[in-house]
Amino acid sequence: MSTLQHPATGPAGPATVTEATTTLRNGRRGAGRASRKADQPVDGRKPKRSGLLTAVMIVFVVYSFAPLFYLLVNSTKTQSSLLSTFGLWFGGDFNLWQNIVDTVTYNDGIFLQWFGNTLLYVVVGAGGATLLATVAGYGMAKFAFPGRRAVFAIVLGAIAVPGTALAVPTFLLFSQVGLTNTPWAIILPSLISPFGMYLVWTYAVDAIPSELLEAARMDGAGEFRIFFTIALRLLAPGVVTVLLFAVVATWNNYFLPLIMLSDPKWYPLTVGLNQWNAQATGSGAQPIYNLVVTGSLLTIIPIVVAFLFLQRFWQSGLAAGSVKA
Amino acid sequence: MSTLAARTAPAGSPAAPPRRRPKPRGRFTGWLFVGPFVVVLVLMLIVPIGYALWLSLFRDQLVGGNQFVWFANYLQLFQDSQFWSGFGRVVVFLVIQVPIMLGLALVAALTLDSARLWGTSFFRIAVFLPYAVPGVVAALIWGFIYGNQFGLTGAANDALGIDLLQPFSPTWVLTSIGNVVTWEFLGYNMLIFYAALRTVPGELYEAAELDGAGPLRTVFSIKLPALRGPMVIATIFSIIGSFQLFNEPNLLKTLAPNVIGSSFTPNMYAYSLSFSGQQFNYSATVAIVMGVITAVIAYVVQVRGTRQENR
Repeated sequence: MSTLQHPATGPAGPATVTEATTTLRNGRRGAGRASRKADQPVDGRKPKRSGLLTAVMIVFVVYSFAPLFYLLVNSTKTQSSLLSTFGLWFGGDFNLWQNIVDTVTYNDGIFLQWFGNTLLYVVVGAGGATLLATVAGYGMAKFAFPGRRAVFAIVLGAIAVPGTALAVPTFLLFSQVGLTNTPWAIILPSLISPFGMYLVWTYAVDAIPSELLEAARMDGAGEFRIFFTIALRLLAPGVVTVLLFAVVATWNNYFLPLIMLSDPKWYPLTVGLNQWNAQATGSGAQPIYNLVVTGSLLTIIPIVVAFLFLQRFWQSGLAAGSVKA
Repeated sequence: MSTLAARTAPAGSPAAPPRRRPKPRGRFTGWLFVGPFVVVLVLMLIVPIGYALWLSLFRDQLVGGNQFVWFANYLQLFQDSQFWSGFGRVVVFLVIQVPIMLGLALVAALTLDSARLWGTSFFRIAVFLPYAVPGVVAALIWGFIYGNQFGLTGAANDALGIDLLQPFSPTWVLTSIGNVVTWEFLGYNMLIFYAALRTVPGELYEAAELDGAGPLRTVFSIKLPALRGPMVIATIFSIIGSFQLFNEPNLLKTLAPNVIGSSFTPNMYAYSLSFSGQQFNYSATVAIVMGVITAVIAYVVQVRGTRQENR
């Protein structure tokens, strides 16, 4: 947890964050409205658990897990037993470790290069997007300034513009200024997150009491000091939500790098994996399906782990954001 | 989007700035915070759109080179059967896949909210998990499962002795893609609905119980009305996603090259125009027309959804 946690939440710790969220929620709902927790019935009595409803959810879970299970099972197989054994159960020799070694060493370790590229795009792109969105969301929530309504209009318009629709125009522009086939071609477009900014904005309105800012100003604190020492801490659940969604978007980005990059050494994992997959067909086919499967598994592990560890943060942030957004 | 925000937002939120504000030091202090975001937004959003608009008015011609052609590209697009067949395909996809996905997400969210499960939080996380899986990996895994080489359909067909399952046949390929998309986003939509259900005030349920309403009645009279707003949002995002469909068909294309062509969806068409055909001006035109159509439909859904709610 500690490595993934946003630095600003460090000293405050989870307890403070939870408190802040709870106050925020109760405050928003107003007096007399009880806040329900998961698993907690409305009237205090425990309703009877239902086997039928649980069975319904089990069906959903089976659907969600089946492909992941397939991936796990098949990452233990050699290329030949992939083709010869039944897909949904282990078969042949247990080859997982050898597959991992082969995946990271294939073609002079290009997989690790792609992994590093993905990390770079995620850290700089998603990190930058979250920073910009957080700072701007705070500014929109807590300051009156000329042009604020214009910014509001642009942001709402920008939310409606889908990222993939922008990819081709951005490519055309970047090829004109010579930015294609560089890391910047992926990082720069990843920096905008209008929805993230909107989320932080709605979150900041309630999460940061204006009186607190007033008091800090009375004490002579500068605006940026106020932001970094007070505001950021109160914004933590909202920021983690925005960060996680930005990380997922960047980690999973495919269309943009596909059109921007022609040199495999700048590929992220997604484009690289597809290149390996495509290698199995066409002239001079060299099927390396076992590496595609193992590489896919290695690609999803970090992001799934991040989601599981940070779930308390993003779920409270998502709850606050999605209801209003 | 603005009417939606104005409707749901209480005083003090973005759509309705509070009258009393703290007095910052200068009128422009806010720009110190908002400025960098706006600069990047303009450079990465407005400039590319403007450039694409500009490009769409030109055409590279054999005689005369790059020429200003007014709206000739748009006129050509409106008569382009390749574009419209791809467009028709995503519309069919949208009309069938989105209701199924959102309906399943709704069932899952209501089931979670019933508080009658063993292990609610496990189910919540488990169903959401596919959202974290990259679309590329999702398409790869499902592609393997669909494939008859080492997939499950091959095994199933062998067991049955006939070729019953043919995920890559022209009849079924859109369903196959729809399944991948549903798998990816079911949990995400479920979580949006579930988060909204958690904010329904407790007294509403108490009142309903006093009035003798059963669980089903509660669902229809309290829970579903509370979900209208999030439902509109989820529908808009799904419409945008469907119109921009690219990753899944583009990846499955490797496995079914004869069924999924290069203009299977409008986005794939724009891509192939740019990268195989070098027709940048025409490609920009496709991107702009799709952007406008998406925005208009999203707007109509939002206005309709809002109106229904006000009834």
